[in-house]
Amino acid sequence: MKAVPAPIRILLALLLPALLVPAFPELAYPVFVMKVLCYALFALAFNLLIGFTGLVSFGHAAFFGWAGYTTGILMIRLSAAGLPVELAIVAGVAVAVAIGWAIGSLAIRRTGIYFAMITLALSQVAYFLAVQIKWTGGEDGMQGIPRGRLLGFIDLGVDSHMYYFTLAVFVAGFLAVHRVVNSPFGQALKALRDNEPRATSLGYDTDRCKLYAFMLSAGLAGLAGSLKALVLQLSSLNDVMLSTSTEVLLMTLLGGLGTSWGPVVGAALVVSLQNHLAALGGVVTIIIGLTFIVCVSFFRRGLVGELQAALKRRTRIREQHEQHRPEILGSPGEQASSV
Amino acid sequence: MFDVSLQSLAAQLLVGLINGCFYAMLSMGLAIIFGLLNIINFAHGAQFMVAAFLAWMGFAQLPLLLGPAYQINFWVALILAPIIVGALGVLLEKTLLKRLYHLDHLYGLLLTFGVSLVLEGAFRHFYGISGVSYGPPELLQGGVDLGFMYLPLYRGFVVVASIVICLATWYLFEKTKLGALLRAGTENPKLLQAFGVNIPLMITLTYGFGVGLAALAGVMATPIMQVNPLMGANLLNIVFAVVVIGGLGSIMGAIVSGLALGILEGLTKLLYPEASTVVVFVIMAVVLLTRPAGLFGKEK
Repeated sequence: MKAVPAPIRILLALLLPALLVPAFPELAYPVFVMKVLCYALFALAFNLLIGFTGLVSFGHAAFFGWAGYTTGILMIRLSAAGLPVELAIVAGVAVAVAIGWAIGSLAIRRTGIYFAMITLALSQVAYFLAVQIKWTGGEDGMQGIPRGRLLGFIDLGVDSHMYYFTLAVFVAGFLAVHRVVNSPFGQALKALRDNEPRATSLGYDTDRCKLYAFMLSAGLAGLAGSLKALVLQLSSLNDVMLSTSTEVLLMTLLGGLGTSWGPVVGAALVVSLQNHLAALGGVVTIIIGLTFIVCVSFFRRGLVGELQAALKRRTRIREQHEQHRPEILGSPGEQASSV
Repeated sequence: MFDVSLQSLAAQLLVGLINGCFYAMLSMGLAIIFGLLNIINFAHGAQFMVAAFLAWMGFAQLPLLLGPAYQINFWVALILAPIIVGALGVLLEKTLLKRLYHLDHLYGLLLTFGVSLVLEGAFRHFYGISGVSYGPPELLQGGVDLGFMYLPLYRGFVVVASIVICLATWYLFEKTKLGALLRAGTENPKLLQAFGVNIPLMITLTYGFGVGLAALAGVMATPIMQVNPLMGANLLNIVFAVVVIGGLGSIMGAIVSGLALGILEGLTKLLYPEASTVVVFVIMAVVLLTRPAGLFGKEK
């Protein structure tokens, strides 16, 4: 049997405490954990692009926010008429993928910093639309989004039901990202991240790979956005704003670009930071900005990335010791064994 | 739709032209910084905003603090603020940016983005988001009647001054010996360094200069725009689109596309106001579809 890869082992190890959360609400408030899971999924989607494809998007709020609006409006208008919640989520993801296609196919026409600027500019259009279109609620946003019934009989209005549903979606999302990253498609993405001309010369259609990666990332970000709209039962202008794109970027950077668990760690840290400091206004922005500066200047691998590097260094040192020891103590042992 | 009076046409054209002047000055600064440092300065908008606040603080707050003799008027601010903000830019380059040149330019972008968040957050903390306003200097109050329109003097000054600044910068970079060195540094810094040119110093000063240009624009904007912590960030979004359209390859390209897009935006406001916030982005999309490298771009 093949060994279970490390990220999956960590997932299995964390699953038990995660399953117990609703039993001990005084230790970890379930709605808070759900919020963390939503943003963690969002950050995983983002990492697929920045970490494994090398594309920096400043526009992921467009997917997250618009998926939330779509799911929200469908649930508000149609859930009483019998629209299943699953369909509302699928619709949210579909909208996110469609916006991802539109923004992605324009942005991949340029590379590097231009790519970042184009995604920023186009997500600004998505924001203006959200302000102007009536049913998004404009400045007020949408409130009191009903959670509906899963499969027609599980009432998601109960927090613990919603919690297990969110956890299941997160685990599925995590496994999906893991699968994609380790698939031949994921290898192609890493190849074009590291050396695009070379990947082209080997026959990869790099533009198409990038566009698919972008749409995949947009779809997963949309899934996170739809889920978040159901968890918190609200969707607001804030979700489509640059600040949300910034947060997901920060989560990924802080946790570690291109690592499996980094985005999750980053999401947990940033969401708790916001919970504790929400009342301080401008100070939160300062702290976020300083974190960016510190991450970029001093630990570019992020928390999880630095940890991995440290572990790797340790094993390497140990291996060196084990290789050297027989040579130093060498001859007597060899003689003994040869006897 | 077309029963637009000449008066309102001229008024909107003027507003568009003034916005275009700011786009031109900011995208020129971005292009200059990008040329030598190979990073896109995400803090450009925040530096613009800081200069605007400095001008306002010198005018309205310093006298309260130290007595009326210390009031800093517009003309002094126009010189002081770019020097202060430019010096802060030099400090930033020396301490943090410099360490990132050997890395992917993603990191320079993230760093300057962090800087912009710190600056915006700090001003938001102290001044809130509502903003303050600042009147034009005495010399430029009032206006002249041009027959077909009324031209506020200060607005006329902004247009003339920014076009002069743009052309002077273009002349400096394209026609002087210093400019030749800078352009050579853009092409091949290693070779130029081998000829004995102090490239690191040149890079530092270029960053300071580009940031100083943003600050100059910021001071000029104080009497026209509401001074608030997000004024620069809002403007920068559009400037990025302008830069994508024009390309970062040439200074003249940045100037021309900045002015042209400002005017187009003004015209849209007149003909179809709902679209005026997105028209620049729509043009960007069209340019990307038809000429992916940008109108003046040489980027591969």
